[in-house]
Amino acid sequence: MLDVREINTYYGLSHILFDVSLSVHKGEIVCLLGRNGAGKSTTMKSIMGLTPPKQGEITLKGDRVTGCPPYQMCRRGVGFVPDDRRVFADLSVGENLEISARPCQGSDGWDKERVYGFFPALSALDRRRAGVLSGGEQQMLTIGRALITNPDLLLLDEPTEGLAPIIVEMLEEKILELKASGLSVLLAEQNQNVALRLSDRAYIIDNGHIRYQGSIEELRQDEAVRQKYLLV
Amino acid sequence: MELFPSLSFSVLCIQILVGLSKATILFIVASGLTLILGVLRIPNLAHGSLYMIGAFTTYSIATAFSQSNLGFWVALLLAPLVVALIGLIMEQGLFRFLYKRDHLMMLLFTFSFTLVFADLVKLVWGSDYRSLAVPKIFQGSYLLLGMPFPRYNLFLLLLGPLFAAGLWYLTNRTLLGKISRAAAVDREMVGAVGVNVNLVYAAVFVLGCYLAGIGGALVAPTQNISQGMDHSIIIEIFLIVIIGGLGNVWGALLGAVIFGLTDAIGILVAPQFGIVFPYLAVITVLTFRPKGLLKSIW
Repeated sequence: MLDVREINTYYGLSHILFDVSLSVHKGEIVCLLGRNGAGKSTTMKSIMGLTPPKQGEITLKGDRVTGCPPYQMCRRGVGFVPDDRRVFADLSVGENLEISARPCQGSDGWDKERVYGFFPALSALDRRRAGVLSGGEQQMLTIGRALITNPDLLLLDEPTEGLAPIIVEMLEEKILELKASGLSVLLAEQNQNVALRLSDRAYIIDNGHIRYQGSIEELRQDEAVRQKYLLV
Repeated sequence: MELFPSLSFSVLCIQILVGLSKATILFIVASGLTLILGVLRIPNLAHGSLYMIGAFTTYSIATAFSQSNLGFWVALLLAPLVVALIGLIMEQGLFRFLYKRDHLMMLLFTFSFTLVFADLVKLVWGSDYRSLAVPKIFQGSYLLLGMPFPRYNLFLLLLGPLFAAGLWYLTNRTLLGKISRAAAVDREMVGAVGVNVNLVYAAVFVLGCYLAGIGGALVAPTQNISQGMDHSIIIEIFLIVIIGGLGNVWGALLGAVIFGLTDAIGILVAPQFGIVFPYLAVITVLTFRPKGLLKSIW
């Protein structure tokens, strides 16, 4: 599905990502764990084309997509949920979804009704301005907005950050539901508990370097690695 | 009343209507400027030049078709399209490579266009002023409250709400409008949901220029078409956009009405200082609402 090979990303002169490589296969949830500022969001943005890497290669479903602008990444099937949510605050919930809707090849694509069916809480808010929604509602909207672009791969950047436990639990269920429907997910998380529950495989990023990769069982047992890179 | 012996109720009413009809043209031109400012973040000083080109083109087309009664109407249709085409060439040829530059650079860049366009207009139309007759069906006046009111101004008065409604529909009900509102705030994220923002920018830029062209076409029969009309309008519409709230189409409407009304009433109250009143209004507004009356997108 997604293959990232040795990408290096800079913000101006500062070097943020160093030879980051990772891959996501079809239908699996892969988490990218790391502390604040470790390079999780930059990795997500580099894949999406928002901060294009200077070196390295990104392939999506076998096609080389390095340097593609974000709108093309989206049309090629990557849905992006940024960590700061970035709903279109002046637009209503419905309008947020309308401008994001992309046609899909298959018959069971995502449209507004399906998003509202998936997140029933949103359907009552159709005409509400997105800027006045609560954090949890905004998070549902950003995920819905990514889904309605009909992606094959979802980039979820800290979807549970700052949300109440009950909402986190609901989102976890929804993410597993999406996985069951065949979607691949790259999940950036600080919260190990969420990541360990949801993911099939894990990468740990620290200071812009990938320090660990392995299956979730291995990571669960590897207390030392978690201690070293994840505990604050 | 003793202070202003000429100020009867009907005179005041007529003058208000004249002010509002002037506000219509100001609104149409300013809405184009504010759209470009809000969505593309370009302070386009050349907007006044496009308005001037619209007026001159209207003159040329209307004169070319002067044997038919429809000369002005053909011009009203075509001249804004000519201006829109110039806008398309500007955007695709130059502006789209410069969106990441800071505002000051853009300001200087668009200023250079005012110089280029002023000379181009001089080359094409010479430095004499031109004038265009009001189209036949709007010649003469109606009697309102016992006072004559030019028919063409009534036509302008009716156009104002029509354009306001059209722009409301465009920004609130069409996909382009919704995308533009989102792109004005978060261009990057609009790209990340699969929208080719460059196309949206081009469309909004061309639409803004088209509105400048319409304004130029509509103003052509009401005043001398001359060099220098680019400068006077750009100052007025920039002030309108600033007092209304940058990038806000309704702000442009409100600003234009304030500008048109204070101008018209100023002329009535103190003819020799008439020109001062709109600027006094601007100063007053900005003293109390430095960011403009309505929400600024900047």
